[in-house]
Formats: sequence, structure tokens, C-alpha cells
Amino acid sequence: MADFALPKNSKIVKGIDYPLESDSKNTRKVNVYRWSPDDDENPRIDSYTLDLDNCGPMVLDALIKIKDEVDSSLTFRRSCREGICGSCSMNVDGTNTLACLKSMDDIKGDINIYPLPHMDVIKDLVPDLSKAYAQLTSIKPWLQSDTPASDGKERRQSPEEREKIDGLWECVLCFSCTTACPSYWWNGDKYLGPAVLLQAYRWIVDSRDENTGERLDALEDPFKLYRCHTIMNCTQTCPKGLNPAKAIGEIKKLQLERQ
Amino acid sequence: MKSDLAKVQGLGSAKHGVGHWKIQRLSAVGMIPLILWFIPSLMLTIISGYNEAILWIQNPFNATGLILLLGTIFFHASLGLQVVIEDYVHSEGLKIISIIFVKLSSILLGVLSILCVLKIFL
Repeated sequence: MADFALPKNSKIVKGIDYPLESDSKNTRKVNVYRWSPDDDENPRIDSYTLDLDNCGPMVLDALIKIKDEVDSSLTFRRSCREGICGSCSMNVDGTNTLACLKSMDDIKGDINIYPLPHMDVIKDLVPDLSKAYAQLTSIKPWLQSDTPASDGKERRQSPEEREKIDGLWECVLCFSCTTACPSYWWNGDKYLGPAVLLQAYRWIVDSRDENTGERLDALEDPFKLYRCHTIMNCTQTCPKGLNPAKAIGEIKKLQLERQ
Repeated sequence: MKSDLAKVQGLGSAKHGVGHWKIQRLSAVGMIPLILWFIPSLMLTIISGYNEAILWIQNPFNATGLILLLGTIFFHASLGLQVVIEDYVHSEGLKIISIIFVKLSSILLGVLSILCVLKIFL
């Protein structure tokens, strides 16, 4: 059966409280999930009180400040700090998002930060995304075409054809949507999840791709595609404002159309 | 020792799923007019009593509607329960047994309920 309760060694305990050492009035408490593979300790929540007058506005700024000034052992992924690389996806204030795009002003009370849900944790806020990346590879996310480019240089699209991949190409593969999906929680070994299905649709709908049929063949499966029950957590949580549920719906429509 | 890609590709696509998805939606849509017709009719027969209810079922149009509704309900329920079992039961053996049990129970209950209508009708 699906596991609904955490195993004993995953139960979260209270961790260390790091108080603020200045007398600033503009403060904020940041509670962060901590777990290390190097000891046998259970995961814990460490609390850091920050002086917001000396910190950038985003959640990622707070994490970087903690790592720089309070606790260098805090581990998280980050790179571009502007919502393009997709590295700093995590669960902030109960919702999966990119820490670099989430303003602390938008959160009431303490800021609670956890890794992306229902994935194995490598350390602290770093989830193991190996399976999700392999799922992405399985849908062959690259242009497949046997016809050479007409001028030997580039494959042309009309503006209307190009428009069809708007709302799809912007995905930065942060997997916020996939890890917010209950269907992926219960059947992530077989169900491809919203991020990968949105990518699959991005290539299905690309006018330059000639393997549309094979792509649809590969997805026609009760688990790979049809575990999506239109729960819509994916669309609600996407930090880039995309709509993976709609992309999945479009794939289902195409499967129906070719019957 | 399998690679992640080998694991996620598994045995490949089952090449079905769209039929189940389509018929689940069609049966759901089909139930809308049937239930809209059935609920007020049921209320009327409840108000007018046992003998009137028997007479109501003996009308060929009402009996046809009832049989269609009962058939659709049990068919749709078996499709829906199959999805629930596939979602939450991860042991392959238990999953197959549960799905067979649900399908056979739906057929049994569907046939039984339709026979009850026919018994009154005939």
C-alpha cells in the first residue's frame, strides 16, 4: 500500500535555536529542515532569527545570509538567483517554489523551509532528483527530425507554429510541480509527473518535430500518463506561472484524437 | 544495479489507457441526464406510495431508464474503483485480485439490480 506515515527515522524533531545577536527591531524567524547523511540523527528544524535590515528581500537571500554568517553547514542548491536555473526549488511556507522568486514580504509569520516533498533527501534542502531526471531523459526532450533543414541551416516555423510552444519552453525544470503532485507521491516510479509531461508536450506540439506519433505511443499508458487526475497542484504551485495540467490535458486530447 | 533510466522505462508503454479514460468520462456524462430524470421521479413515487411505485416501474420508458441508470452506475463505479486501487495498492498480486473482485462484484450487483427491475416490469 501507499505509505501515509513517515518512517521512525524520518520523524522531525526540534533543532537548534540561533537567536539574533543584535538589537534590531526588524527581525524574522526562519525555520529550516536539517538532515545529514553523516550521522544517525533524525531530521530537525533549526530556527534562525535574522535582521531583515541587513538581508536581501527573497527567501534565497535569507538562506545565503544564514550560510554565510550563522551556519556554514546549511546545504541547499542555488545558482542564478533570478528564476532561470531552477536550482533553488524547495517548499517555502507550505508551497513548492523557487526560493529566489519568493519574497519574504509575501509570507506571514515565521518562514518555514523544507526540501521538495516526498523525494529522498541527500542533505538538508537538497532532494535526490535522479529519478525525475531519468524520467525526463525517457521522453527524449530534443528535436527529432529525419528531414534535413530546408536551407541546410535552420528549421523554420511560422509565428503561429512558434506560438504553440509558449507557456511550455519557459519551464526551468525545478520539479516544484512534480513533487507537489499526490499522484507522483504514490506512483512516482511509474507516473512521469507534470514537469516531464509538460516537456513531452513541448516536443509533441513543436511543428519541427517529426516523431509526434512515437512520442504519443510512448505516453499511452495507464501509469505514465493517466495517473494524472487533474488535481491541479502542479498549476497552483508553478513558480513560473505555467500550466502543466493543461499540457497534460492536451496530450490526453491528442491521444483521443488519433483513436 | 539497474540505471535510473532503465528503471523508469521499465517494460515500456502498455499502449492503452485512453479507452478507459474516455469511457469513464462518457459514462459520467451519461449519468447526468439519467440522474436528473431519476431523482424527481423517485421523489414522486416515494410520496405516492408502494403501489404507485410498482406501477411507475412497470411503465416501459421508466423501466428502460432505470436499467440504463443501474447499468451505467455499476459500470462507472467499477472503472473509478479500478483507478483508486491502481493509485494506492502497490503490491502487484493484491492489486490484480482487488481489481478482479471489484469488476466481478460490479457485474454481480449490476445484473442483480437489473433483474429486480425486470421482475417488477414483467
